[in-house]
Amino acid sequence: MFKTFVAAIGGLAIASTAAAADISGAGATFPAPVYAKWAEAYKAQTGVGLNYQAIGSGGGIKQIKAKTVDFGASDKPLKPDELAAAGLYQFPTVVGGVVPVMNLPGVAPGQIKLSGALLGDIFLGKVTKWNAPEIAALNKGVPLPNLPITVVHRSDGSGTSFLFTSYLAMKNAEWGSKVGASDSVQWPTGLGGKGNDGVSAFVKQTAGAIGYVEYAYAKQNHSTFASMQNKAGKFVQPTAAAFGAAAASAPWLKSPGNYILLLDQPSASAWPITGATFILMYRNQENPANGAQVLKFFEWGYNKGDALAASLDYVPLPANVKGLLKKQWAKSITAGGKPVYVAK
Amino acid sequence: MATTELASPKGAPPGHALGEVIFRYACLGAATFLLAALGGVVVSLFIGGLPAFREFGFGFLTSTTWNPVNEVYGAAGPIVGTLITSFLSLLVALPLALGVSVFLVEFCPPRLSRPIAIAVELLAGIPSIVYGMWGLFVLAPWFAKHVQMPIAMDFAPDSLVGKIFSGTPNGANIFTASLILAIMILPYMAAVFRELFLTVPPQVREAAYGLGCTPFEVIKAVVIPYVRRGMIGVIMLGLGRALGETMAVTFIIGNSHGFPHSLFDSGSTIASTVANEFAEATSDMHTSALIALGFLLFVITFIVLAVARLLLREAKV
Repeated sequence: MFKTFVAAIGGLAIASTAAAADISGAGATFPAPVYAKWAEAYKAQTGVGLNYQAIGSGGGIKQIKAKTVDFGASDKPLKPDELAAAGLYQFPTVVGGVVPVMNLPGVAPGQIKLSGALLGDIFLGKVTKWNAPEIAALNKGVPLPNLPITVVHRSDGSGTSFLFTSYLAMKNAEWGSKVGASDSVQWPTGLGGKGNDGVSAFVKQTAGAIGYVEYAYAKQNHSTFASMQNKAGKFVQPTAAAFGAAAASAPWLKSPGNYILLLDQPSASAWPITGATFILMYRNQENPANGAQVLKFFEWGYNKGDALAASLDYVPLPANVKGLLKKQWAKSITAGGKPVYVAK
Repeated sequence: MATTELASPKGAPPGHALGEVIFRYACLGAATFLLAALGGVVVSLFIGGLPAFREFGFGFLTSTTWNPVNEVYGAAGPIVGTLITSFLSLLVALPLALGVSVFLVEFCPPRLSRPIAIAVELLAGIPSIVYGMWGLFVLAPWFAKHVQMPIAMDFAPDSLVGKIFSGTPNGANIFTASLILAIMILPYMAAVFRELFLTVPPQVREAAYGLGCTPFEVIKAVVIPYVRRGMIGVIMLGLGRALGETMAVTFIIGNSHGFPHSLFDSGSTIASTVANEFAEATSDMHTSALIALGFLLFVITFIVLAVARLLLREAKV
């Protein structure tokens, strides 16, 4: 019943733009600005437009499963068995990250250092004051105020929350067993703001608050971020280079179905809460021409879209990863056993 | 039978009979379409929510656990949040709406009355997301600074006042959400109250003044009793709007599942929960639980409207 409902909505949306042989996609809101910018430039060059509906990752997965779009987009990679069951293939497009942001009077951006385990204890409500010994141990010489910690999290289901909670579950055993990792979880404490702007507003309005937002949002709003300890034990600041380092040091070759979270990667300069956003397509394309158009579009994005992505504070994939993925396409996406498109 | 009556309309001049029949069927069609749409929504919400109702049974209504990771869902928090914010907003909006409309009808100079009435109606047309943003960026910080902070400073946390008003001082709570809701339903209620008061025949009102009544007595003893039934209807419609309001509340209620523990604690409503989580709900049970929430909201709204009908019937006798 629900599938037909989604199909009906998707059908309506497609019918309105079916005039040209445009590519249609739906899903994650996080990469929507990049796809829009790429599409604009791509249309100017090739005449092929993109109709992308930023309806959320969950919606994107539902739409591609209902076959109402040429591709779905999700901030959360599907597990290999789930991909196989649906006959889908996934590949990443751009990289982003999650940044803890705070409101601490007298503290500069990056001045507070946190580890994953400590961040977990804060979000569990176990560390409740900024001058608690656990925080002070990592921040010698920083004037920590005697303020209660107010935890702010996303109220809406979000890939940002998925990345953040996955990271906490990875680094903090109690978080893993008590709360877990998902788009939305049962938060042990704190209040929820809607979207990055909602979280950011509550953090700004509450002295002593800590929340988490997407990197691009934190950067554009000059938020007071925390430095995070990565797997190599170094404290790093959230920069495009730190996200790129995480993506470059990830084991892409050893990840079946491209199921990969870029969390806690080994590189000494890697930002620990990094993640890619993904495209979902059918392995067997019923309409090879459409499939080829989608791949051509993302090939263009890989080859020429880096500057556009960077201008919006998204981090492009490392060149070797992109080369690897382009080679995968010929084998992975086929129609009648033949590749729909062979990337150059 | 109804059909034979439709086929041979009474009083239609010869030659016009066909047109009359078409007209009647068109009206019948419109009414049937509305009913069918309503029935379709109820049925599809129920079918969509059925897996959640089956899985959690009656516990869906009484449990406050809302855990998408373990797929355990209970709607008690959002249900309570919805009822509290709606009735609280009504409590705030009703006296204000009465004040505005009585002023417009009884005391306002005629030259001013029309512009003010238009302004009130314009207010009713402001999109709810605008109220939400105003609430988040203007009301919440102001409220935190000038109301919550002083209360938090001046009263011990375990005193009665401290307990009722405890909460993180950031303005995102049940009370500010109710205030926003009150502001949203106020213009609508005031506009309809004004229309209602204007239906009171001037003779009745003037007669009361002629007997020496003060304006307060006229309103209390003549005007309000005259339109009481209509007023109950307006109040119930205002409540209906407050129950279902989504965006503005989502912005400012703080969105924590579970029971709110004080007036200034954050909470959630049915509509805000659905708005927050529907787009990213990937598992079938999560989607089903959200659709089940939608069904519950429908049932609650239906009960409210049914109570309104009952009150109207009693008022008639």
